[in-house]
Amino acid sequence: MKLIELKNISKTYQMGDIAVPVLKDISLEVERGELVALMGASGSGKSTLMNILGCLDRPSSGEYWLEETEVSNISNDARAAVRNRKIGFVFQSFNLLPRTTALENVIMPLSYTAEHLSDAERLKRGREMLTRFGLGDRFHHEPSKLSGGQQQRVAIARALINNPPVIFADEPTGNLDSHTSEDVLQMFKKLNRDDGITIIIVTHDPDVAEHARRVIHIHDGNIVDGLFVHSANAAASGNGKEKS
Amino acid sequence: MKLHSTVMMALRALRRNPMRSMLTTLGIVIGVAAVIAMMEIGKGSSAAIQNSIATMGANNLMIHPGTAASGGVSFGSGSVMTLTPQDYEAMLRECPSILYAAPVVRARTQAVYGNRNWVPSSMMGTTPSFLDVRDWNKMSEGENFTERDVLNGNKVCLLGKTVARELFQGDAPIGKEIRIKNVSFKVIGVLGPKGANMMGMDQDDIIIAPWTTIKYRVTGSNLSTSNQSDSSSSSSSTNSTSTLYPGQKATLYPERSETQTANTLMSVRFTNIDHIMASAVSTGEIPNAISEISKLLRERHHLREGEPNDFHIRDMTEMTKALSSTTTLMTNLLLCVAMISLVVGGVGIMNIMLVSVTERTREIGLRMAVGARARDILRQFLVESVVLCLAGGAMGILLGHGGSLLVRYFLNWPVETSPAAIAAAVLVSAGVGIVFGYYPAWKASKLDPIEALRYE
Ligand SMILES: Nc1ncnc2c1ncn2[C@@H]1O[C@H](COP(=O)(O)OP(=O)(O)OP(=O)(O)O)[C@@H](O)[C@H]1O
Ligand SMILES: [Mg+2]
Repeated sequence: MKLIELKNISKTYQMGDIAVPVLKDISLEVERGELVALMGASGSGKSTLMNILGCLDRPSSGEYWLEETEVSNISNDARAAVRNRKIGFVFQSFNLLPRTTALENVIMPLSYTAEHLSDAERLKRGREMLTRFGLGDRFHHEPSKLSGGQQQRVAIARALINNPPVIFADEPTGNLDSHTSEDVLQMFKKLNRDDGITIIIVTHDPDVAEHARRVIHIHDGNIVDGLFVHSANAAASGNGKEKS
Repeated sequence: MKLHSTVMMALRALRRNPMRSMLTTLGIVIGVAAVIAMMEIGKGSSAAIQNSIATMGANNLMIHPGTAASGGVSFGSGSVMTLTPQDYEAMLRECPSILYAAPVVRARTQAVYGNRNWVPSSMMGTTPSFLDVRDWNKMSEGENFTERDVLNGNKVCLLGKTVARELFQGDAPIGKEIRIKNVSFKVIGVLGPKGANMMGMDQDDIIIAPWTTIKYRVTGSNLSTSNQSDSSSSSSSTNSTSTLYPGQKATLYPERSETQTANTLMSVRFTNIDHIMASAVSTGEIPNAISEISKLLRERHHLREGEPNDFHIRDMTEMTKALSSTTTLMTNLLLCVAMISLVVGGVGIMNIMLVSVTERTREIGLRMAVGARARDILRQFLVESVVLCLAGGAMGILLGHGGSLLVRYFLNWPVETSPAAIAAAVLVSAGVGIVFGYYPAWKASKLDPIEALRYE
């Protein structure tokens, strides 16, 4: 069963009079339980693609099916609900709330979940999640009192608090040293293997990509799998590495 | 998202920056404190006015003789003596809205006891029901005089607290004789304390005696208490005798026996009194009472249609209105100032909320990314500003209340707690929070999650 299906997605930014095409007619399928690395040069459109996949942005054209539902044309509120229930985000810069404890950061998404859990249940889930990522003794630490790796683990715990089927991680190791990066990647692998969570990681690091079962290369708004060019108009590309 | 968790979230957010939250809400604190203090002080003083009006007799009416005018020269109120004792008796009989009425004859002279003397601010001759009219039946000591004392012109009197204190200095006054214009009066009662009226006049500085006694034995003539003007009115040509023999019972007619006096109530038919005091059945009946009295007196004084009244009736409502309108005006003015400071406080709130939204752009982006809808964000910031304002309002209420208590302790102003003002302050501060918090909250809710997440 396909978890994600992109059909001819393109994204064009309008900068005044100039149209800047960033994604060009991308089609992509991701099965449930896959661990996918998304690679490409800077400015190739990885983050743009991730934003569309994460329902944060709408494509200019094309269809996006997530769990058999078209989500590119639904209302903002419905997209918010999709993000809350079906998607977990892990960011390069962690994006934890400052001066807020790890536990509160982790349970924050639950306050936007339609079904209301009691405070006690939320805290219980948050504690379980943090303990699972080895932060059982850091519940009441604020982000400023945690190391980078610990902060990213809090962020992963937050992404998983609602048991989403898929996690999008945009350069999750970009701000971490190699040792901690390895840690975080092992964590993703374990989640993927043991819990069957689909994970899509954007990365520049070929070592990171090695962990993935599948690597998608994106080049100037087109998907290139290894040397094989998926996109229909890939032939037209080649000189557009520099963005205007 | 439940309201209480939104509120908890708002409190946490505000606690992250306690100093700023305090300063932001200061405008609201001051505005609300001003409103509360003004309301409490204003309410206290109007209650004080109501009280003093009540001691003066809120449902009292005073009927004065009219103004004489001859050849365009007005002689002032009381220059015509048109009121007779029969008038007040008729009022009692024929006006259903009148509960009590008493004639008043005024005198102003020295009272002497032993080697002490005192000029009371009011010395009046009246009937026993005067105390009913004034609602002053509580005697400190002794008894009121009786109708019989009035009929006989007995030389008895009641003293107000102040007079009793000044003349007797602690001695028991009951049964003692005091001299007023060489006439000996036996003190038969001391009135209960009444305090100052709203003009600050001591209402206990008073001597009350039967009006017949005051009229015929003390003043000797009704002219001695009124301006020398229209002496054409009859009956009062005895002033020559009374000036020749002060203190003498002055009358045109020969002395009459006791029974005769009792039967005819002296020569009262030709006598004038200074004014009549009446009390209406209730404060609400005052307008009825006024029209009944007017009708009755016009009839009795044979005034034709179109002729002006030869008397006028005053009640306390005008005075009440005049006095309370001043305080109301002051209270309203100060309320306006307080409202302005609330608006200024609101603008401060708006300013800081806008800063806060900008500062927390990434937080907003993150919240949207994990599933917050635009309305959740709107609500979060709106609740935050309302909580801020309500906290300010609560502090303002405490501060304002404390301030008015201080005013009471140190300045001795009357102060009254006003639950309505407190409720209004709560509503107004919540309102300020909503009105001035809405725009920043709306701005926050309109942010684009991607841009917000990327915001540095
Ligand atoms: N809001 C926008 N308006 C206009 N152009 C945009 C906007 N967002 C992104 N772009 C352009 O789209 C292109 C792709 O950007 P994107 O962030 O997807 O690159 P990326 O592959 O994530 O690069 P990096 O590896 O450096 O993060 C860039 O050329 C960028 O200038
Ligand atoms: Mg990027």
